[in-house]
Amino acid sequence: MSEATSEKLSSLDGRKVILHDMCLRDGMHAKGEQISVEEMVKVATALDDANVPYIQVTHGAGLGGNSLQHGFSMASNEEYISAVAPLMKQAIISVLLIPGMGTMKELQAAYDAGARSVHVATHCTEANTSPQHIAYARKLGMDTTGFLMMAHLNDAKGLAEQAALMESYGAQTVYLTDSAGYMLPQDVTRCISALRDTLKPETEIGFHGHHNLGMGIANSIAAIEAGASRIDGSAAGLGAGAGNTPLEVFAAVCERMGIQTGVDLFKLMDLSENIILPMMDHIIRVDRESLTLGYAGVYSTFLLHAKRASERFGIPARDILVELGRKKMIAGQEDMIVDTAMTMAKERGLDITTSV
Amino acid sequence: MIFVSSKNKETRQKNPITLQHDKRNTMEKIKCALIGSGNIGTDLIYKIRRSPYLEPVWMVGIDPESEGLLRAKDMGLKITSDGVDGLLPHVQEDNIQIAFDATSAYVHAENSRKLNELGVLMIDLTPAAIGPLCVPPVNLSEHTEKLEMNVNMISCAGQATIPIISAVSKIQSVEYAEIVASLASKSVGIGTRENLDEFTYTTSGAIESVGGARKGKALAIINPAEPPLIMRNTIYCITDDKPDEKKIVASILAMIEEVKKYVPGYKLINGPIFDGNKVSVFMEVEGLGDYLPKYAGNLDVMTAAATRTAEMFAEEIQSGKITLKPTEAA
Repeated sequence: MSEATSEKLSSLDGRKVILHDMCLRDGMHAKGEQISVEEMVKVATALDDANVPYIQVTHGAGLGGNSLQHGFSMASNEEYISAVAPLMKQAIISVLLIPGMGTMKELQAAYDAGARSVHVATHCTEANTSPQHIAYARKLGMDTTGFLMMAHLNDAKGLAEQAALMESYGAQTVYLTDSAGYMLPQDVTRCISALRDTLKPETEIGFHGHHNLGMGIANSIAAIEAGASRIDGSAAGLGAGAGNTPLEVFAAVCERMGIQTGVDLFKLMDLSENIILPMMDHIIRVDRESLTLGYAGVYSTFLLHAKRASERFGIPARDILVELGRKKMIAGQEDMIVDTAMTMAKERGLDITTSV
Repeated sequence: MIFVSSKNKETRQKNPITLQHDKRNTMEKIKCALIGSGNIGTDLIYKIRRSPYLEPVWMVGIDPESEGLLRAKDMGLKITSDGVDGLLPHVQEDNIQIAFDATSAYVHAENSRKLNELGVLMIDLTPAAIGPLCVPPVNLSEHTEKLEMNVNMISCAGQATIPIISAVSKIQSVEYAEIVASLASKSVGIGTRENLDEFTYTTSGAIESVGGARKGKALAIINPAEPPLIMRNTIYCITDDKPDEKKIVASILAMIEEVKKYVPGYKLINGPIFDGNKVSVFMEVEGLGDYLPKYAGNLDVMTAAATRTAEMFAEEIQSGKITLKPTEAA
C-alpha cells in the first residue's frame, strides 16, 4: 500500500491504532463469569498468536468483582492472570479496576500476578474517585488508562473535564466508554473531539463500544477520525449486552481503510470462529433485550441479571430494563435489578415468592 | 467541594433522637467541638444543637474562606481555621468534653492524640478507625462501659448496613456478608472520593468485627442522577445453615425499629428474600434534610449515629458514672 503506487485507502490511511481485546473480561459478563482458567489460557494464547497487543483478563466487574452482587468467577483474578501472563509472547495483560469495588491492594496483587496495564474505571461524572488508583498504577509502572463509563450520560464538555481530571492524576490514556451501546457516531465524534481539544497531545484517547445498536464498528471509526488511537473490541463480540465491538470485524474494516493495527486478521477470524463461538452460552447478537439496552441507555451488564429477575418475579426483562434506564441506574447497581423487579411486581399485584 | 446547601438553616424539626423523651434534661449540656467543616461537620451542627445533652461550641477548619466555617460562625459557633491546634488553647476554658472528627483518616490520629491528652473524648467519623468501631444499636453500650476515649463510626455504609447483618448473625452464624451502598453524587464530599479505598477497607472489616460475619465485603456506588436518588443499601448474608426465615425476618424488623429511633428515614423497601442460604435485604435511608436535602441519608445515618453515641457518653458523664480524664502523654 505504498503511497507511490496507489491512492489512499481512506482519510485514515496509515494511522496506527492499538487494539485491546475484552473477551476475557467483558466476555465474562456474557458467560455469567464462568470462564475456566484453561479457556482463558487457550483464548489468550490464540490472541497473542494473532498479534493482539493488549488482552484484558479479569472478572467482568474487574478487580474485587467476585461478589454476590456481580457473581463469583471460577477462579480468582490472580489465578487467571498468573496462568495467562507468563505465556504471552508479545501481548500485555491488562485488568479493570472500578474504585469503590477494586482496591489498591488488589491492583498490587494483579501486578504481582503479571498484569502490566489497567483500565481505572469510574462513572462518566465521578472521575475524582480515581486519583489514588491511577497514581498507584503509575507508581507500579503500569500502562494506565482512565475509563469513563456510561459516557452517554455526560455531555462533551463535561466528559472533557472529567478526562482532564484523570489526566491530572497520571492517566496516560483516557477512554470514553459507551457501556450502554447508546451512542451514535455523531455523538462519538463530538465527544472524542472535545477530549482531543482538551487533553495534552501526548495523552492518548481510547473508545470502548458496545454493539447494542449495531454501532460498535462505526463508532470506533468515528473515534479514530476524531483523534482516538486505542480501541477496545472483543473477538466474536463476546461481551455484555449485544457484545463489544467485534474485534475481527473491526480489524478487517481497519485493513480496508489502511488503519494499521498490526494484528493478523485471518488468525483473529479463525480464533473467533473456532474458539470463541463454541464458548458462547447464547449467541451474542442484537436481540430484543440487548436492543432495549442500547435504545434505553442501560448498562449492558444488566442484561442477564434482568433476564434472571424476569424469570423469578414475572416481569418482562424489557420492562425491567426500561425502568432501570428511567431510574438512571449506573454500572455496579445490579442489586437494583432485583429490587426494581420486586417493586414492579408489587405494583402489578403479583405474588412475590420470598423464598426459593 | 461538591455540596448543595439545603433550605433555611433555622428550620427545626421535632427532635427524633432524644434518648429519653419523657425526661426533661435540666443538667448543663456537654460542650462539643466539631473538627472538619465539610458536609459531615456541618450536618453535625444541626444534629447536636437538637440534642438535650450536647451543645456545639467550636468548629475547627483549615480554610478561613470555607463555606462550612462561615456557616458555623453564622450559627453561633466559635471558629478557628488553624486546625486542631487552634482549638487546643480553648479546651479548658470552654470545658470541651467531646470532639467529633470529620476530617480524614490521615490527620485523625494526631487530632485524637492531642485532644485525648486534654481529656476530651473523641468520636471519629473518618475511616481511620484507631479506636473501637461503634454501631449504636449493636454495640454502643459496650464502649460506654469501658470508657473508651476514641470510638470510630466506621462509614455511612457501615452505619446503614451493619445493624441488619448483626440482626441476622444474632439468629445464626453468617459465613459471608456483602453490602452495596448507592450514594447520591452530591452527597459525597471530596474527602471520601479521594480515599475510597479506606472506606472499603474499614467498612469490610466492620462487617466482620461488628456485624458478626466471618468474611465481609463492601461496595460503594456514586450515582449522579438528577434529581438525586435517596441513599440505597442492599445487604446480602450467606448463612452457614439453612436460614430460619421467620426468626430472621423478626430480628431484622426489630433492628430497623431500633435504628429508626435515631434515623427516622431508615426504611425497608424489599425483602428479606431467601435464595438457599442467601438472605437479601433492600433498604433506603432518607435524611432529615438538615444540611443537605433528604436524599443524603448517608450523611444523616453517620451524623445521627455519632450524635447518639456522644449522647450516651454525655448521659454517663452527667450522671457521674464516668469521668473523663486526660490520657497520659505518649
